[in-house]
Amino acid sequence: MSRHVDVVITVNGRRSERRIDARTLLVHYVREHERLTGTHVGCDTSNCGACTLLLDGEAVKSCTVLAVQADGHEVTTIEGVSGPYDGFSAVQEGFRQCHGLQCGYCTPGMVMAATSLLAEHPHPSDDEIRAGLEGNICRCTGYQMIVDSVRWAADHPAP
Amino acid sequence: MSLVGAKVLRKEDPRLLSGTGTFVDDLAPPGCAFAQFVTSTEAHAEIVAIDARAALKMPGVLGVWTAADLVDYPDLPGGLPDLERPVLARNTVRFAGEPVAVVVAEDRYVAADAVAAIEVEYRALPVVTTIEDAAAPDAPVLFPHHGSNVATVVPTMDDLERELERSHGRAHLHLVNQRCAAVPIEAMACLADWGADGLTMWATFQAPHHLRNYLATWLDVPQTRCRIIAPDVGGGFGSKIVWYPELFLAPLLSKWTRRPVKFAQTRSEAMTQMAHGRDQVHDIDIGFDRDGTITALRFVISQNLGAYPDPTGLGLAVLTSWMAAGCYRIPKVSTSFRTVVTNTTPVAAYRGAGRPEAAYSIERIIDVVARRTGLDPAEVRRRNFIPPSAFPYETHNEPVVYDSGDFPAALAECLRLLDYDARRAEQARRRDDPTAPLLGIGLSCWLEIAGFGPNGSLEGFGHLASWESAQVRVQPDGSAIVFVGSSPHGQGHETTFAQIASDELGISYDRIEVRHGDTATVLQGVGTMGSRGVPTSGSAVKVASTRVLERAKKIAAHLLEASELDLEVGDDAFNVRGSPGKKVSWGDVAWASFQPLRLPPELAAGSLEERLFQESPNFSYPSGAYGCVVSIDRETGDVTILDMVLVDDCGTVINPLLAEGQVHGGVAQGISQALYEGVVYAPGTGQPITANLLDYLVPSAPDLPGYTAGRITTLCPNNPLGAKGIGESGAVGAPAAVVNAIVDALAPFGVEHVDMPVTPEKVWRILHESSAATGEVR
Repeated sequence: MSRHVDVVITVNGRRSERRIDARTLLVHYVREHERLTGTHVGCDTSNCGACTLLLDGEAVKSCTVLAVQADGHEVTTIEGVSGPYDGFSAVQEGFRQCHGLQCGYCTPGMVMAATSLLAEHPHPSDDEIRAGLEGNICRCTGYQMIVDSVRWAADHPAP
Repeated sequence: MSLVGAKVLRKEDPRLLSGTGTFVDDLAPPGCAFAQFVTSTEAHAEIVAIDARAALKMPGVLGVWTAADLVDYPDLPGGLPDLERPVLARNTVRFAGEPVAVVVAEDRYVAADAVAAIEVEYRALPVVTTIEDAAAPDAPVLFPHHGSNVATVVPTMDDLERELERSHGRAHLHLVNQRCAAVPIEAMACLADWGADGLTMWATFQAPHHLRNYLATWLDVPQTRCRIIAPDVGGGFGSKIVWYPELFLAPLLSKWTRRPVKFAQTRSEAMTQMAHGRDQVHDIDIGFDRDGTITALRFVISQNLGAYPDPTGLGLAVLTSWMAAGCYRIPKVSTSFRTVVTNTTPVAAYRGAGRPEAAYSIERIIDVVARRTGLDPAEVRRRNFIPPSAFPYETHNEPVVYDSGDFPAALAECLRLLDYDARRAEQARRRDDPTAPLLGIGLSCWLEIAGFGPNGSLEGFGHLASWESAQVRVQPDGSAIVFVGSSPHGQGHETTFAQIASDELGISYDRIEVRHGDTATVLQGVGTMGSRGVPTSGSAVKVASTRVLERAKKIAAHLLEASELDLEVGDDAFNVRGSPGKKVSWGDVAWASFQPLRLPPELAAGSLEERLFQESPNFSYPSGAYGCVVSIDRETGDVTILDMVLVDDCGTVINPLLAEGQVHGGVAQGISQALYEGVVYAPGTGQPITANLLDYLVPSAPDLPGYTAGRITTLCPNNPLGAKGIGESGAVGAPAAVVNAIVDALAPFGVEHVDMPVTPEKVWRILHESSAATGEVR
């Protein structure tokens, strides 16, 4: 019932060729084939954003992208994010400084969405931060500290 | 410098921010198979036949099992006699989404194919989804041998009709506290590996020892061969202390297939399979004098339990009845409740568990008293508050003795932060301008019961006990491990408990690690629920650390040839007071503690370890005053929260950053209940209408406001930390503040109540139809 295909996907700078079930979702590709489990699954309707990663630099919800759609493209997951703050990017450090996470399950998706947001709008207003994270659900923080975290990152761009 | 009270950054964050945390579905041991349920498409039906032949022929399918394969195993624990829940539906299904069969396959894709290929034939039975329908005399009955859908009834001895009738005024509210879904972003998942050395199961769960205790009994294996690990847990909010079928089936499937077996729900599965919360209906009557003094309160509660009574679900109405009178001195209080089963997902604890329901209703009807007497809602509250001098305060229920509080001070601070008088003036101006958006101001002076709990309290919910455990162990290098029985799901135990231990031991924060969530390493534990982490588990850490330090001082004094009374500890060393330079490091003391030749005679090797079961003489009672300002668009009925002021009293604060985070999260869930969320079933069929996150509105960042937090502090006298707990406060206090603000805005339209969730449609109808559906008020 399933068909297998060959894909070449560069994940966090590392190119790999794999034969996969054609219906494999990108989120399952990175989690189960690449064994990069920082990208999480929180829903099956692309509402929660826990699976957000970057596809050629743009934030996508990897539970609604097929791995074959990433064939020949570059994927960045939370494991591929780094920066000058003891290894963390400004966004990651902002979340740490401002208590922008509690259980941490939505966090990788939030960090990827915020990274994408700041790449497009380096100086967002609080309303723009909220609007920019509209596709990501956090059930723990009530969002204010996430807004503060992204604000911290915007105020501390990587040197 | 004391770490308790300091904004310390979390120990948990580096792993969670780098994507290297460990959630159950991240684990993939060699040979791991995947299990998925075939679930009922009917809300109430007889199972006529299950045909799995096609599925069993599929490559990669390891097997299909049904209730017929479980005859040697009991039903799920903790139910009521006659109303127990089978692990897989047996002959009858009682809610849509109930597991009917289980597939194990090589991976989740094949498992889903197999589930789709299994045909179940049902003979439909009549469906009841609401309390009213289920309790009707001619209602179809879920459990015919039980005879009715009413599970429990606790009547009142006195309905206070005389007192209510004698009062200057009386008011009645019929309030629906709608069903909500907890929606932790990590849905249920477990992974069982039954090998030669027994069972190891990883589960996203709030109480691993609790699960171990019941699972080992259910499987009839010694607890020594049943190890439960709760790794990083992606939220819980009460929904992960429930006896779900997969927790019991996964070990059996692993045993039968000789493979590690993993369950990981999709969200659509979770929306019908994970327990829901709330779903109470209240009828409240209140009597009051001309000056707003409350004379009597009658509080009648009905609880929808869903299809099978859950042990915590059965307790929700008890807690509501206990907290019925809120923070008010009411001479006569009468409570009663009944619980009923319906063809819906079972109901259990959800953040606040019975207390948000109580706070919402008493705070709503206080506003009705204000309206009827013409007094300001703040003034009515002030006139009826239990005064700070009245604690400990005995309530209408014997086990409930409020510990401490200062309700007038909390309200005063809330009004100050709201700039209340200015807001009222603005509201008056807007009411004179028909083009201006409506403005409403709502108050909620709430109180809850937490810190579970005193001996006997959690036993009532099926737990082994009500204490919480801590074990403090100093390593030979003077670093320390703190084992705690309370296993977190986002609360930050690794941080707060290290802060507490660091202060007590004089060992630096970075040299203390907190371990939890593994029955093989943590001695015993109860769990994380009922806002008990800091008051109960944190107190255990404090006392155990103190005892370790006492013995460490003896060793240090022995090594320094000084009196232990002259020693002070800090910065990882013991110093002799008044003798600068005369000191010994914590590392040296710890090293010596394992060397009998260097110990004082009264101590033996390994004595720098202490285990403790912290009991509580009473509950704790967090309280607060919340204020909400809303603006309502007259054209669309859309409600915008302009201000959300949160004044909390949780006693001692360990980490203000984390405490505020807990409040924000709870408030977000409270606002969501007030404005957005609600589990809906189709009447007649019991089909879930809100079975995914497209249809169930969990708000994201633009849907929620910023918060203004304030604080007052009255210490809890019942634990060594003086802490009251903070996990549920926001969810308890917020709904009434929001709805009171909305009703206040709509006052010119004669509205005295609107049921939650207050959607734009409901508001629009009120604004545009004079005979609006506004809830029953007389």
